[in-house]
Amino acid sequence: MSALAVEVWRGGAQGAFQSFEVPRHPSQTVLDVVTYIQRSLDATLAYRFACRVGMCGSCAMSVNGVPRWTCRTHVDKVARENKLVIGPLRNLPVIRDLVTDMRGFFDKWARAKGSFAGTKTKRDDFARVAPDSADRRKVDAGIECIGCGVCYSACDVVAWNPDYLGPAALNRAWTLVKDERDVVKHERLRAVAGDAGCHACHTHMSCTERCPMGLAPTAAISGLKRAVLGSVLKGEL
Amino acid sequence: MSAKAQSLLWIAQRASAALLALCVIVHLVTIIYAVQGGLSAAEIFGRTRGNVAWFVFYSIFVLGVAVHAPIGLRSVFIEWLGWRGRSRDAALVAFAALLAWMGMRAVFAVFA
Repeated sequence: MSALAVEVWRGGAQGAFQSFEVPRHPSQTVLDVVTYIQRSLDATLAYRFACRVGMCGSCAMSVNGVPRWTCRTHVDKVARENKLVIGPLRNLPVIRDLVTDMRGFFDKWARAKGSFAGTKTKRDDFARVAPDSADRRKVDAGIECIGCGVCYSACDVVAWNPDYLGPAALNRAWTLVKDERDVVKHERLRAVAGDAGCHACHTHMSCTERCPMGLAPTAAISGLKRAVLGSVLKGEL
Repeated sequence: MSAKAQSLLWIAQRASAALLALCVIVHLVTIIYAVQGGLSAAEIFGRTRGNVAWFVFYSIFVLGVAVHAPIGLRSVFIEWLGWRGRSRDAALVAFAALLAWMGMRAVFAVFA
């Protein structure tokens, strides 16, 4: 059994990479590697995970410089010359080792008005939305976000402009703009327009390239730009 | 600056980009056509002096640049320098005025 040379970030914003040697296994994931280090080599290593099956969005880290969900990333696919460099996600404050503070990321979902606002109560019948309607299809295309922060970490505009809401929050806003039950569309478009919102996107498409769920936040952001344009022309913004 | 104002700036930049794309094509085609058989100051003046159509075309070109470039520079200032607020906006208005003045000066020089 060969060994894998792993460099793992230790510390907070200031720190250094620490070297470990981890035994290789078939179908080994990057999360398996980190877990092995924490359980067998250094119990003080801090990292975050929950479901281990690509649903919860907790285990995202930087692997060889690329943000990835580590539970579904096979070592075979990312190791270069049997080496891995694992660090915390970019664009988020590091709490310790591989754990980042996600508050800024989720606060931006709130700033983008990322929560649904409807008018029906539990006593009303449920809304019927045609699955093949154009708007519903656009919602479907973006709704499976797991909030892992990979897109946010991959985005250069977030790095340059810390106020920028980022791909995930804007993608969430777009799914609500296209939700026919939602009633705060103008307020939401106002929240996502401008320098900190959809208009800051340079269409680099790093978010779309890296999204582990295969979503296209870039398309969502383009949709928001079109929706804001329409809203401005109608005098609604 | 309000979200609406920022959105209007974005619209102005996109609209001016579309206009400039057209202007650049017309300008390049004109250059390629005009240089055939040599190029002289007299030939240029012969085409542009007193020609209202060229005057209007190049005025639109210059004003498109004066709108487009400062809005792009605004994003560069935000992302690379973190420069925001009134001082940045004043500098950009001055830059727009400089572009418009220099460009229109050239347009008048070949028209009048």
